[in-house]
Amino acid sequence: MKDVAIVDSFVSGLDPRAKIVSIFAFSSLAAVSNRFPVLFLLLLMSVGMATMTRAPLSDILKRMIPVNVLVLFLWFFLPFTFAGETFFSIGPLTLAREGVIHASRISIKSNAIMLALVSLVLSTSIADMGRAMFSLGIHKKIVHLFFFTYRYIHVIHKEYNSLLWAVKIRGFAPKNSRRTYQTFAWLIGMTLVKSFDRAHRVYNAMLCRGFDGRLYGINEFSIKKTDVAVMMISLAATVALGALEWSITPIF
Amino acid sequence: MVDHTDILIQLKEITFGYPGATPVLDKLSLTFSRGQRIGLLGPNGSGKTTLFHVIMGLLKPTGGTLNILGQPMTKEADFIPARKQIGLVFQDADDQLFSPTVLEDVAFGPLNQGKTRKEAIDISKETLALLGLEGYGERITHKLSGGEKKLVSLATTLSMKPKALLLDEPANGLDEKTKERLSSVLSNLDISLILISHNMDFMTRLTDSICVIDKGKISAEGIPKPHQHLHIHPFGEHSHEHK
Repeated sequence: MKDVAIVDSFVSGLDPRAKIVSIFAFSSLAAVSNRFPVLFLLLLMSVGMATMTRAPLSDILKRMIPVNVLVLFLWFFLPFTFAGETFFSIGPLTLAREGVIHASRISIKSNAIMLALVSLVLSTSIADMGRAMFSLGIHKKIVHLFFFTYRYIHVIHKEYNSLLWAVKIRGFAPKNSRRTYQTFAWLIGMTLVKSFDRAHRVYNAMLCRGFDGRLYGINEFSIKKTDVAVMMISLAATVALGALEWSITPIF
Repeated sequence: MVDHTDILIQLKEITFGYPGATPVLDKLSLTFSRGQRIGLLGPNGSGKTTLFHVIMGLLKPTGGTLNILGQPMTKEADFIPARKQIGLVFQDADDQLFSPTVLEDVAFGPLNQGKTRKEAIDISKETLALLGLEGYGERITHKLSGGEKKLVSLATTLSMKPKALLLDEPANGLDEKTKERLSSVLSNLDISLILISHNMDFMTRLTDSICVIDKGKISAEGIPKPHQHLHIHPFGEHSHEHK
């Protein structure tokens, strides 16, 4: 549950709205692209974005671990379960060429999208991201949810930990037993009940300060020429890659 | 003789309870006027916090009448303007601080009062400075220490410039130094307040009268009287001070 330290860089100085629009277009294209040259170029672009944030490499890599654990899991199953031309066999297991290609595509796509999102997170504060979402027309309820999830995930985590400690200090050692599962079910249940109570108290505290359903921000964004230029360049690059993806001429 | 225009909050025979249980507030009456500083004492579960929640319209009483600034409070719409005049500081600061940064949280109330962004920022900065929290504006709320959270939650209410403050155990869980700082801040404020606390020293420093609430009723009222105690504690032979 660590907060992101934003490093001063060219990317962190850009208008968050320009970044969100560019990364949304980029991720949408990455999700639907299938041609390897396009996918490699998208991955290269995302590496460029991540580098431009000037964030420590360890911070970037740490955030890439979860997605790659999932990708690794896919590599264990996809090549062996896909029907198609045999690539090679290991004993009774047969690797299908189509399975390997499909797993490769997913690996490149997910890493490109994740790197782009990590670049956004490492260069924009949560407050600015929420306000930018609101200013881009995303419904206020979703923006509220986004803000409150960020704010209270730490509190809920702390409450869960307190409950966990309360269990541990009374000698609880988890085992593969019915009692262990029951204890964890109670812990999770109690965390949910506490979260519900907390949500109620927070809402009451907001009412006491005149909350009428609207959230006002204190910062106003002002889009600069640089923001427009960066957004146009990134959108043009995305469109060009899209054209390459859907061009009739076979390129691979 | 109390001037009626000075009455901020008036509760007459307020009753509140959950079905099938003993009433939490049982025909409780209380008049709170401008300039008063009342301490509310009572055992756990005696109805102190419930009383604050009833005053703020968060809980609906089952009987009795409530007037705030001369206006009868009967429905939710009546409480909306009242909440902009009476500030409640919650017992748990984590319930109060929900914005990503301190400045945004302190500005939340003024923005709801219709202030412009610039006005809200100026008021918030002034309030933070008043509480000795200059430079805290960009701090992440959930990363503050317990004492800092308490002071910031007080700032979130003070920035609305309320006519009265309801403080629910503000010194709870604070170390002596932070308690002292909070006490000094509160005693320097020119504001009417009702304070719930289990800490008698803290309460007597900040209030001019004390009400004892028990079994949902005000059971005793009075002014704090100076008196002496003999006391004993370890290391008593060493030179030390009591505050």
